[in-house]
Amino acid sequence: MTYEEMINIPPYSLDADEKEKLLTDRLTKLTKLHQKNCPEYARMLGAVNFNIEKIKSYKELPFLPVRLFKELELKSVVSEDVVKTMTSSGTTGQAVSRIYLDRTTSSNQQKTMVKIVSDFTGSSRMPMIIIDCPGVIKNRAMFSARGAGILGFSVFGAKKIYALDDDMKLDVDGLKEFLKKYGDQRILLFGFTFMIWQHFYKELLRLKEKGITFDLSNGILIHGGGWKKLVSQAVSREEFHERLKDVCGLEHIHDYYGMVEQTGCIYMECQYGHLHASIFSDVITRRPGDFTEACMGEPGIIQVVSAIPESYPGHSLLTEDEGAVLGVDDCPCGRKGKYFKINGRLRNAEIRGCSDTYADKFEA
Amino acid sequence: MTNLEKYTKVFEETFSVSAKEAQSLKYQDIEAWDSVGHMGLVSALEDAFDIMLDTDDIIDFNSFEKGKEILAKADYGVEF
Repeated sequence: MTYEEMINIPPYSLDADEKEKLLTDRLTKLTKLHQKNCPEYARMLGAVNFNIEKIKSYKELPFLPVRLFKELELKSVVSEDVVKTMTSSGTTGQAVSRIYLDRTTSSNQQKTMVKIVSDFTGSSRMPMIIIDCPGVIKNRAMFSARGAGILGFSVFGAKKIYALDDDMKLDVDGLKEFLKKYGDQRILLFGFTFMIWQHFYKELLRLKEKGITFDLSNGILIHGGGWKKLVSQAVSREEFHERLKDVCGLEHIHDYYGMVEQTGCIYMECQYGHLHASIFSDVITRRPGDFTEACMGEPGIIQVVSAIPESYPGHSLLTEDEGAVLGVDDCPCGRKGKYFKINGRLRNAEIRGCSDTYADKFEA
Repeated sequence: MTNLEKYTKVFEETFSVSAKEAQSLKYQDIEAWDSVGHMGLVSALEDAFDIMLDTDDIIDFNSFEKGKEILAKADYGVEF
């Protein structure tokens, strides 16, 4: 099956067996493609005597550590075909990943992301409040993960405003005016977890004490980028939800998990607080000792696979995050596929994630 | 101004190209028409024709020609 055909399958419609067949077929093809077109990747497979003919499931395919994209220029297309280079968010002084995209991969990322998010928001576009500053998408040739996230979600926005200025100050008048015009419609809000807390929630709270309030009860908030800083400030998911509801009536909140190395395949959180894998990607939790697959509920290192990457060998990656699979095909929200939670970063791993790298600049 | 002139003008203004260049333009042919420029084009077209494109149409909109087909659909009813 080509990716064109795959993209027309509803993202949460296949049960475990059907999905395993689909992903094994696609990911085996991608492994062959990258082995043929990316010499570094081929050498790595050679070094472990990898034999693709023996593969029965995508779970047996080799995975690269995400860090490798910081150290090596890994691509499976010629430089002329690269239309966009994306970089990971990193704290100052950290090396960043470089992900090379050709037209096909770039367009499949956006298409996939739209299919996944539409399953949660519907496909109609909404007035959109971006809880970030406009400066983030200024440098267009080099895309940061933060800019890519904002831009990816912008497709769902009809009229848009940036809620923060380039000094990360809340644009109170702009927000007021926007809500006066569109407040009776369903509004999409998008941002990164720590920025929302630090520059949006805290400011709304301060304004509320002065008697200035905003009603966002028609809003649906999608946020991502990591919890590390908020966990260190003892703000749990529950508290994040409760406090936002208190301050502006915002009730529909979805976290997502994703990374620039596999843009497009994001894992959206449902109303039960579970992150869901769509048919376009999967997570496998692995035991740190021997990398065997962890059992349901057992914490392990997260491996992610994505059916999208054709221009770089990033279809199977070992992350530096720890999490646990909570169930398969039986979430009460009705979506099929695996659902899981993220516990946090592995110890000694670098700080990354759009929210956490930004937050690193702030004292606790 | 005909719809085609209006449509072409949006391309000219959004991407700083001539009318002739605009007519053969495809997504990512030029630096200005990248993913950021694309969203700019969408909102400029929406303002010019007072329409709102569906997400799927925004994604499928990958050339000057394809855009005309999309806008001509019954949902938007722009005649060329």
